[in-house]
Amino acid sequence: MLRLESLTKTYKTGDKALQSVDLEVPEGQVLALIGPSGAGKSTLIRCINRLVEPTSGKVWLGETELTTLNQRALRRARRRMGMIFQEYALVERLTVMENVLSGRLGYVGFWRSLTRRYPQSDVDEAFRLLDRVGLLAMADKRADELSGGQRQRVGICRALIQNPELLLVDEPTASLDPKTSRQIMRLICELCDERGLAAIINIHDVALAQMFVQRVIGLRTGAMEFDGAPEKLTPEVLTAIYGEEDWEATIRKVEEEGEEVAAQ
Amino acid sequence: MWVCWLLGVAVFVYCWQRISEATTWFFVWDAPRIANDIWTRATPPRWDYIAQLGRPVWDTLNIATLGTMIALCIAVPVAFMAARNTTPSRLFVRPIALLIIVSTRSINSLIWALLLIAIIGPGVFAGIIAIAIRSVGFCAKLLYEAIEEIDESQVEAITATGASRWQVMTYGIVPQILPAFAGIAVFRWDINIRESTVLGLVGAGGIGLQLQASLNVLAWPQVSLILLVILAAVVLGEWVSAKVRGAII
Repeated sequence: MLRLESLTKTYKTGDKALQSVDLEVPEGQVLALIGPSGAGKSTLIRCINRLVEPTSGKVWLGETELTTLNQRALRRARRRMGMIFQEYALVERLTVMENVLSGRLGYVGFWRSLTRRYPQSDVDEAFRLLDRVGLLAMADKRADELSGGQRQRVGICRALIQNPELLLVDEPTASLDPKTSRQIMRLICELCDERGLAAIINIHDVALAQMFVQRVIGLRTGAMEFDGAPEKLTPEVLTAIYGEEDWEATIRKVEEEGEEVAAQ
Repeated sequence: MWVCWLLGVAVFVYCWQRISEATTWFFVWDAPRIANDIWTRATPPRWDYIAQLGRPVWDTLNIATLGTMIALCIAVPVAFMAARNTTPSRLFVRPIALLIIVSTRSINSLIWALLLIAIIGPGVFAGIIAIAIRSVGFCAKLLYEAIEEIDESQVEAITATGASRWQVMTYGIVPQILPAFAGIAVFRWDINIRESTVLGLVGAGGIGLQLQASLNVLAWPQVSLILLVILAAVVLGEWVSAKVRGAII
């Protein structure tokens, strides 16, 4: 469904953020991208929808090759990829509803979007999504009145209303408390499951990643270090990705948390 | 240390002497008497003259308001061209926009009015244009700084939905700078009311015209009334802008 072929990004400063990454994501697979800060996780995600222009390599989304598209075709391709951000990236001064509907901007003309005359089907879908994430009552509130977890749910609705085939998720839980983090991760994975969406989730929290995803990619200094099932993340592997550290605690914590969740 | 003091005192004495030479001391010693004289002539103000001031005050307010509106219409595109994150071209367009900002800001509106009266003749219109030109730089500068300080992640998020350039502008950028824009508009309008009161002195319409005429015929009671009216207009402007700013922020 998504295929990266020797994707490379070198910033103007000479930093090699990505070094020839090859990756294939089949339909409906949720994968976590882990790695230390500066490993190129954010760059990788942004190179896919070209918020960052890759230096070389190819990105295939289905039958479309994204890196050579012109602006117009790129905008059409971006509609197929929903994005969720670390700091939610909601337009703070607009209402929750306007924020959700902004996910339809790629489908709606300029004047209609300016005068907020979205098709009724879009508005209905927005209400349905807000209901799904439990924020129906908040539709007319301004985005900056919401709590972190609520904002991230709005962010998820905005991505889903695009009717995407792929979700690009950049550190969805980094600004949230542990409980909300889990709820948000669970929600994202549930929604991907319901809709058969593939997703790439950048995440710092290894334990959290192990709890929810089917596949983990480890990135280190822009190169792929690990690709496998979450159970295969041994202390040796984590050392290879992050460097030397006592990993037993991290992994044991995962098991405890797993039981805890099962107990709930 | 003492040498420094000595040097300082010497420079001070020297400067004092130069200024003293250039001053006609007779006029200075005379000042309190003259001031007293003018004060007695100017009080009480000629209250019935107010009937003739309604129109000029209205003109003055119009010069300020229309001038500000025209300025904002020009300042918005200039600001977008000047801001580092929205300019179409850093190499060509941005320097031009910055040049517009600097050049309109550096020349006082009184001087613009003098120039414009020579070009389009005396009257309210020259005043409006003078105020407008002077305000473009001010508004555009503050606005482009606001644009440069926006949260880029919101812009990124809107871009990622597949929105067009103009949609990114109206959804990602405009909501973020709207409060700054409103604040700038009201602030400049407030300044322009004060500036437009003097524009009449050079013949660009408004209450300054009346002031000039009264000064020329030494009609001091009229002058004092005009000064009171200007004070009232400025206080009114300040009150309105404070209200509006309070409502926005």
